[in-house]
Amino acid sequence: MFDRLSFPQPWLSLILFATWQILSDGVSGGSVVLGLILAWVIPQITHGFWPERPAFVKTWRMPVYILRVLKDIIVASFSVAWLILSPRTPRPAFISYPLTLDHPLAISILASTISLTPGTVSADVSDDNQTLLIHALDAGSDQEVIDAIYNSYEKPLMEMFK
Amino acid sequence: MSPFAEYAISALLLFGGAFTLIGAIGLARLPDFYTRLHGPTKATTVGVGAIMLSSVIYFSAMGEDIGISEILITVFLLMTAPVSANMLAKAAMHIGVKTVEGTDGKPWEQ
Repeated sequence: MFDRLSFPQPWLSLILFATWQILSDGVSGGSVVLGLILAWVIPQITHGFWPERPAFVKTWRMPVYILRVLKDIIVASFSVAWLILSPRTPRPAFISYPLTLDHPLAISILASTISLTPGTVSADVSDDNQTLLIHALDAGSDQEVIDAIYNSYEKPLMEMFK
Repeated sequence: MSPFAEYAISALLLFGGAFTLIGAIGLARLPDFYTRLHGPTKATTVGVGAIMLSSVIYFSAMGEDIGISEILITVFLLMTAPVSANMLAKAAMHIGVKTVEGTDGKPWEQ
């Protein structure tokens, strides 16, 4: 019974509460009450979907990673925009990317990053979490794409999740 | 509002509008479903990001709010765009959407 009254993920609850205060027009009695309810209900409902607590040791590396991804998003948009406007037909490819990461949360961060950056969308992950299927809009060669992703995203993520 | 803020807002709006337009052109011009997935996740993200940024500048220049809600909208957009692209790709593979000729590799059987 007391399980139901607790906050299983205090950080998630805190983030939800803070987000709600920012989204509502100024902090008031009502927004605090509703924020508390949301901070309690949402973790209770989504509890089963979260992977086991990650071994997220080096959280301080995250801002560097986010800045790099933001930079890459801007560069990527220019290259995709250029590709759309140029008369050349792109050479799309499906690429199987061998994963070295094994934590589910790390894999989903990598997959989201791939979807947001240079000419690639992650399409699927294999059932054993070993391979990621990537669709590339304009791939030179499979190995090139795999190396680029490994060096710029998977390596920093591996260091964070060790 | 200072002229500098006005120029910055206009430039960002034009920039964002241009990128969103290019994303839309991409939908019409790219050859198959999978390549069209690339438009909304990238070009549009930057387009909307630039428009949000101009909104942040506008409201700070008007001295109302610092516009944290716009930044939150951008963050939500960045968090949801990959998920929707992933679901679209999975659904397309599930019903066996054809790839354009010249595509290397194959989608997985679902």
